[in-house]
Amino acid sequence: MASDGGTVSAGPKASADPMASGEGPASGGRLTSPATVRRGGGPLLLGVRHHGPGSARGVRAALEAEKPAVVLVEGPAEADALVALAGDPDMRPPVALLAHAVDDPGRAAFWPMASFSPEWIAIRWALDRGAAVRFIDLPATHTLAASDPTWSDGDDGEEGFAGGGARIDPIAELAGAAGATGAAGDGAAERWWEDVVELCAADDAGDPIAPFDALAEAMGALREAYGHGGHPRDLVREAYMRIQLRAARKEFGDSVAVVCGAWHVPALTRKTTVAADRALLKGLPKVKTELTWVPWTHRRLARRSGYGAGIDAPGWYEHLYAAPDRPVERWMTKVAGLLRAEDHPVSSAHVIEAVRLARNLAALRGRPAPGLDETTDAVRSVLCEGSDVPLDLVRDRLVVGDVLGEVPAGAPAVPLQRDLARRRRSLRLKPEATERTLELDLRKDMDGERSRLLHRLRLLGVGWGEPAAGRAGTGTFRETWRLRWEPEQHVQVAEAGVWGTTVEAAATARARSRAEAATALADITALAEQCLLAGLSGALPVVMRSLADRAALDTDVSRLAEALPALARSLRYGDVRGTDTAALAEVAAGLAERICVGLPSACAGLDTDAATAMRERIDEVHQAIGLLPDAAGPADRWAGVLRRLADRDRVPGVLRGRAARLLLDEGRIADGEAALLMSRALSPGTPPAGAAAWIDGFVGGASGGGLLLVHDERLLGLVDDWLTGVPAGAFTDVLPLLRRTFSEYEPGVRRTLGELVARGPGAGGAGHSTPGVPGFAATLDRERADAVLPLLHLVLGTEVMA
Amino acid sequence: MPVPETIAQPGSGVETDTGPGRPQPVTEVLRPHAEHAFAVELAALAAADDRPRPTRWRLSPWAVATYLLGGTLPDGTVITPKYVGPRRIVEVAVTTLATDRALLLLGVPGTAKTWVSEHLAAAVSGDSTLLVQGTAGTPEEAVRYGWNYARLIAEGPSRDALVPSPVMRAMAQGMTARVEELTRIPADVQDTLITILSEKTLPVPELGQEVQAVPGFNLIATANDRDRGVNELSSALRRRFNTVVLPLPATAEAEVDIVARRVEQLGRSLELPALPEGVDEIRRVVTVFRELRDGVTTDGRTKVKSPSGTLSTAEAISVVTGGLALAAHFGDGVLRPADVAAGILGAVVRDPAADRLVWQEYLETVVRERDGWKDFYRACREVSHDAR
Repeated sequence: MASDGGTVSAGPKASADPMASGEGPASGGRLTSPATVRRGGGPLLLGVRHHGPGSARGVRAALEAEKPAVVLVEGPAEADALVALAGDPDMRPPVALLAHAVDDPGRAAFWPMASFSPEWIAIRWALDRGAAVRFIDLPATHTLAASDPTWSDGDDGEEGFAGGGARIDPIAELAGAAGATGAAGDGAAERWWEDVVELCAADDAGDPIAPFDALAEAMGALREAYGHGGHPRDLVREAYMRIQLRAARKEFGDSVAVVCGAWHVPALTRKTTVAADRALLKGLPKVKTELTWVPWTHRRLARRSGYGAGIDAPGWYEHLYAAPDRPVERWMTKVAGLLRAEDHPVSSAHVIEAVRLARNLAALRGRPAPGLDETTDAVRSVLCEGSDVPLDLVRDRLVVGDVLGEVPAGAPAVPLQRDLARRRRSLRLKPEATERTLELDLRKDMDGERSRLLHRLRLLGVGWGEPAAGRAGTGTFRETWRLRWEPEQHVQVAEAGVWGTTVEAAATARARSRAEAATALADITALAEQCLLAGLSGALPVVMRSLADRAALDTDVSRLAEALPALARSLRYGDVRGTDTAALAEVAAGLAERICVGLPSACAGLDTDAATAMRERIDEVHQAIGLLPDAAGPADRWAGVLRRLADRDRVPGVLRGRAARLLLDEGRIADGEAALLMSRALSPGTPPAGAAAWIDGFVGGASGGGLLLVHDERLLGLVDDWLTGVPAGAFTDVLPLLRRTFSEYEPGVRRTLGELVARGPGAGGAGHSTPGVPGFAATLDRERADAVLPLLHLVLGTEVMA
Repeated sequence: MPVPETIAQPGSGVETDTGPGRPQPVTEVLRPHAEHAFAVELAALAAADDRPRPTRWRLSPWAVATYLLGGTLPDGTVITPKYVGPRRIVEVAVTTLATDRALLLLGVPGTAKTWVSEHLAAAVSGDSTLLVQGTAGTPEEAVRYGWNYARLIAEGPSRDALVPSPVMRAMAQGMTARVEELTRIPADVQDTLITILSEKTLPVPELGQEVQAVPGFNLIATANDRDRGVNELSSALRRRFNTVVLPLPATAEAEVDIVARRVEQLGRSLELPALPEGVDEIRRVVTVFRELRDGVTTDGRTKVKSPSGTLSTAEAISVVTGGLALAAHFGDGVLRPADVAAGILGAVVRDPAADRLVWQEYLETVVRERDGWKDFYRACREVSHDAR
């Protein structure tokens, strides 16, 4: 479709006659060169490496010399309509052409361009000079219709790393042929290319076309040997390129320049017939697509971010392209500036030495000029004093770089907006400016989807819905939202467009990036909870990994203890929402393990405030461990930890008491043993304050400790004995604590306790039951007690669970 | 247990007397200097080397790098690799020596710092004996100059009564001087190097003279930055050095290999029985050391905390050797998990509070779940409890 008439020239139709101002030295050199590139006065074929600064310089010089009337660029043919935007003053690279299927925004492909990309340079040159720009690659309507529209397939044939095992890497092949082998393995090919093409092209004294000639020749030989080299789709793309090239030549004569991957150059000069090319393109699947520009970042250009744009060091390449002269000196000065800003003392003498070392290293390695390897070695050895920590900073901030592109407001809508609109329609959620409340019952599919959408938007920083306290309190299957759509949320959605093309994909990417950036453990647990709520199972592995890593390195047990309850809660949510929580459970178990190891020593020697805080943590962890799936193992170990806490003298009384109590409640120790622990804690040698704290830990708080004393007279007797034995001087010290402990009991319990104490010890015998309590018979009436059980099961849901 | 410093060297040995002994017939000494042991290779390199040489260098930087990393010369002479490790490191080190900055080799014990420094000096200057061994008691005289007191009293201060240090001789002759264990030297003595390295001169105020360095002079220092009881370099001194960190063996297999080889050598000299089937246990020790050192498990899935100790390859060797002795004298002659467990505990837990937690966490979260490590887990639990 784009082949016949979809092309719109960006600028005014080329008016300058390129040949009229042919500049002397350049055209002279061209005539004598072995003209593969311009065989028989044909079009100017500039084979480049995508994102190569040397290629970019070369392209600029060649275009300046030849001044073609039209520049053909490797890129989806539909993008012709968007070319004018590239000249917009608000457009700042790195940006990417984004093509997406209209019905399925998740199907998308990107063509990233940085300020030093040859394609970008060619486009800008043409726009500045009034030359026409055409994109000549296969239209996205076909590439996206293919089964696997990964963008690397849509991009270039040069970079063989992107996937399929059979692909060849032309650069490695060329480097191998040139005898560049090195111990550094795959770095050797990269280095060879840098030496031969990127660094040499920097000196523009020679013929601007000659390097392209040489490269085209080399690639021609490679293509002869390898054919499509593992990219069968290249043949189709190249057929399309040839057709476009013919069309351009019909219109502009020979005043045509083509900027494409060097790999494709031989194919463009091949003699084929129009009919043969058309036959290749026949019957390609189609899908309705839309294109737009989106902002891009250097990090995504970098290979390690996983987008595979093909370059390790966008920041370095940008520097090479932008630096007017002395690139190494300027680079070292930049590095020194960064390190100084981060409080690493770096003097000018350091910079001088670093430049020298880089130069000498390059000489030793037989390279024409220091490349990234040499400069990095010099930075490490001189500026970073051998340490990799500041070096990582340099890598992250400079070699990759923080650059974020910008796209003018006039660019077509990003697919994320479209996706959001679609989802809103299908979920019947209207964006309204007035605030309204939405009650969701998560057991219904529609409401579940709505909840997920709102949670995802929240993750993306689009504040359409805010969770509100629901009428059902903290029930796990009800949610209440306050919805309000405000105009600026359009902007928020557009900003979130960098994260992905659908709400789900964008939220997943955002969650992942937040997980990687987060430093505090609590942030990541909160994020994990959010991911579960938003149903982002794609982000969970990364979040969980990050959580496990942080937990492994966090030395503060109380922080781990803080994180565990949220995780246990998430596990419960996961059940309700049907998300896969296996990974979560694994992390939670690991966390519990670490707490078990670290807790005893973290509890030693705490002051009163810290001990009180720790007591809460222990309570929370105790509950959380009970909630873990497959809890038997962790629970056993946890009991062991509590046991050690209860036994250790250096642990504050309140924690020892609490541990003893938890053990007793769990049935891990017998009643008699609890009494033993208590009598030990309350023995005369113990300072009264510590003993009072023990009592507080054991029976204090809203944990039903009073009833325990009511029902076990032995324990009560121990407390009573101890209390009467406290010396008069110490009594006033322990009184506030004891008062607080006992005042929290319910009035009835307090009264009963008072009566029991007043009646004196031993009156009711040493048994567990206390017949003296009013309203209770002497023995248990089993029949009546059993009658309660069905109701209890119903309330607790125990039968359903089992 | 003596910790061997130079593991990467094929035939290790005892530190020899570092005095200004002149060449002796190779066969008669216990451990010949590098320039004697590899004299043939050095001569072949010098003959084949047509690249520019810095003043007073015996070889070009390229040839020095080749000498260390190994290779084959055009005439067929095979140069054995002296250092097995990243090429980059050797290249940076050699290049540094060609500038006027001194070279500082950093690394934990067992990363072949001394070995590299000796061979660099041998290849660059043809003499690796201009050496100052750093200790807590290294005096200023060892770095600058001393006096022959008999002459000083008899003749008064004169150039003849002065006893030059190796560093001073290197300056005067344009040679490469070496300082071993720089961080062991007291800080005030360390700082006497500052003038030498920045001004390239050594004043002798007693004589009103100075010794100025001639082209070709440079200095290689080695230091261990992770041990305890070191004197941090002042930043003024640190600025005079280009720093190269020698890494630990890159792969577990390489490290297992080094440990096994050294253990066998040590075992022979200690007359311990050869260890049958012991390589599994060595692999386990190396795995534990590497995981704790790198802070991540071998499969890359779980992070672990790193203890405060260095956990160098040298320590792994002594753990295995200790375990072997235990097995030979008190066990059944087969190296078992229990034999190494105590040694590992001792190597890992240097700080009784923090490191013990690190170790227990590692035991519980990593070792316990691992297939085939049950015995080891149990053994470690036992020794941990004993120590508690």
